[in-house]
Amino acid sequence: MLQVGICVVSCLAVEVLTSLWRGSRPSLQDTSAIVTGVILGLSLPWSAPGSGGVVASIVAIGFGKAVFGGLGQNIFNPAMVGRAFVMISFASSLGATAYVRSGATLEILTQATPLTAAKELSGSVPGIWALFVGNANGSLGETSVLACLVGGLYLCLRRSAVWLIPVSMIASAAVVAAIANLLLPETPLTVLQHLTSGALVFSAFFIATDPVTSPLTGRGQVIFGAGLGALVVVIRLFSNYPEGVVFAVLLMNAVVPLINRVTIPKPLGGLPADA
Amino acid sequence: MSVAQPNRVTPTRRSFSGGIHPPSSKLLTRDQPIEVVPTPKQVRIPLLQHVGALCEAVVKSRDEVVAGDLVGTSEAPVSAFAHASISGKVTKESAATLPNGRRVPTVPIKAGDEQLEGQALLDDIYGGEWPTLRLDLPRPDLILQAVRDAGLVGMGGAAFPTHIKLALNPARPIDTLVVNGCECEPYLTADYRLMLEAPRPIVTGALLAASAVGARRILIGIEDDKRDAAEALSKAAESTDIEIRVVRTKYPQGSERQLGPVLVGSAVPANGLPLDVGVVVVNVATAAAIARAVLRGKPMTHRIVTVTGRGVAQPKNLLAPLGISYGELIEIAGGLTPDAVRVLAGGPMMGFTLGDLDTPVTKGTSGITVLTGEDLQQFEETSCVRCGLCVDACPLNLVPTRIALAARKGAWNLAERYYINACMECGCCAYQCPAQIPLVLLIRMGKAHLAAARV
Repeated sequence: MLQVGICVVSCLAVEVLTSLWRGSRPSLQDTSAIVTGVILGLSLPWSAPGSGGVVASIVAIGFGKAVFGGLGQNIFNPAMVGRAFVMISFASSLGATAYVRSGATLEILTQATPLTAAKELSGSVPGIWALFVGNANGSLGETSVLACLVGGLYLCLRRSAVWLIPVSMIASAAVVAAIANLLLPETPLTVLQHLTSGALVFSAFFIATDPVTSPLTGRGQVIFGAGLGALVVVIRLFSNYPEGVVFAVLLMNAVVPLINRVTIPKPLGGLPADA
Repeated sequence: MSVAQPNRVTPTRRSFSGGIHPPSSKLLTRDQPIEVVPTPKQVRIPLLQHVGALCEAVVKSRDEVVAGDLVGTSEAPVSAFAHASISGKVTKESAATLPNGRRVPTVPIKAGDEQLEGQALLDDIYGGEWPTLRLDLPRPDLILQAVRDAGLVGMGGAAFPTHIKLALNPARPIDTLVVNGCECEPYLTADYRLMLEAPRPIVTGALLAASAVGARRILIGIEDDKRDAAEALSKAAESTDIEIRVVRTKYPQGSERQLGPVLVGSAVPANGLPLDVGVVVVNVATAAAIARAVLRGKPMTHRIVTVTGRGVAQPKNLLAPLGISYGELIEIAGGLTPDAVRVLAGGPMMGFTLGDLDTPVTKGTSGITVLTGEDLQQFEETSCVRCGLCVDACPLNLVPTRIALAARKGAWNLAERYYINACMECGCCAYQCPAQIPLVLLIRMGKAHLAAARV
């Protein structure tokens, strides 16, 4: 919780500073900086030092958002920009290894995260139920799939989030994971383990649905979600990183303008001849 | 012949995608019977009350005219004649600015002593016998001629000349005539009152229009918040083949691009008209005017105008002579309240802000809506966060934010790539926008720029 607080405060501070610097009025009342801070805080390892959160926030708002022209203009999800930066720059304290602390009081925190365990084929992946309710090691926001589903459904019902993105993302991750299981029998994770571990569900509802960095039309949103789900699984299976959400989101963000371009809907009833 | 049965009122399940549910605000005038406006001292008949070419005056200063006399004509293919709405003496031609910003010449008429007033006027326009069963249908070309001579235009707001809509086109056979009684625009109740109080001329007009276009089927579409109007029409249409369809109350149900497809099932091409799919749509008030023009040879001289909004003291449905000023109608409705801040020609979705209360009422003036400061509470515009609410709301399946922002930045190619010209400016997107971006305004501006560049 402390980490989330640190990120929110730093994000707000950076938002004010960069806005003043750019000579525009800070857009604090729209709470977008708070959302970025919360997402960022929830995506960091539980053991991350406070300074990590501050640095991530500066990068998130400063380089993820302000340099593009502020709210609405950013191509990449600011929280993911910040997360990716600290994940690579401070690999030991904020990367995959940061989750394992031998001295931790809770036994569960002395184990590798499920995805790291799977990657290194060391230790055991917790059972599906443990993963589903959140009885596993991981970032603050990602461990309990159940909690993510509850919160995510609320957002979708409120229409704050578009349901097409999480549904297509999770479905596509399941399909790609299933194909991988068929083709590569030695892969350590089953489909259900893919779906319940790591940040897949958390990001499907709370990160991928960021309106600014996702496509405008329904068709585009399905393409975006499907691409995300596939990338997450592919990165998990074939890259050096145990988790693929951060990079999958950033990669798909980059192609959103393209998706928007190819999914311009046809006007009702067909095309005007003069356009 | 068997006992006359009221025609069945059938609900339509089909709807259109997009659209919004703004507060209807129709309670203000829903139960106000049509009230006849006393003859004003003067009217100013605009020589352009329609889409198309300007009329030329055929009367000159000091001519005596009787209500219904021709005052302006045009030989242009797309135009509609103008007639005197009161009897009196023509005075010197003057100009007026219409709500859409066009400055047009008008023929002012000073009222004489002899006028048709009050109930007699109402009876003359909507009363008397309107045959529906033993209706001697004139030849299509004669119907068309009568409609043209009467200067009829679409009374739903667009004011497209009716004789052009009804003209037979051998290349495009018409299957269905749709009579539009949706009146989906918030606040307005002019069509609703007409359907309740004078359903028979609407039915007669529908039969005549269908015969003119050769339609085999007549459907009357009414939103489901006006079931009593549907009942009234079904009674008036008893034993005819007219079908009455109740459709969902949703804005912009009354747009012909929505209503036609909802009732008939085929979408209108973006650059086409309903007639491309074998459908002609006419408004209920237009249908009544067609009956009056064809059977009685009477031109369009009056119309029902809803004067409404929390900014007028006594909201009313008024039968007003064309050419009376907006200000006079507002006075008859009790005048402006102290907190009135904006007068709209039409309703809040499609209406234009009025700059001058002396503006004359035209054939397309369906209402005058006066909004108060409270109605107009505005929040500051913020950045587009691409939430897509406008995309979901657009009944024409467009991407309003892209079009509007492209227009704002002068990126005309981009605006065209997103089909700016397909937009009908219904306002659903701007209504939904959480960032308060004036989407319709920007799109309208962009279209005007592109139209100017094309010439």
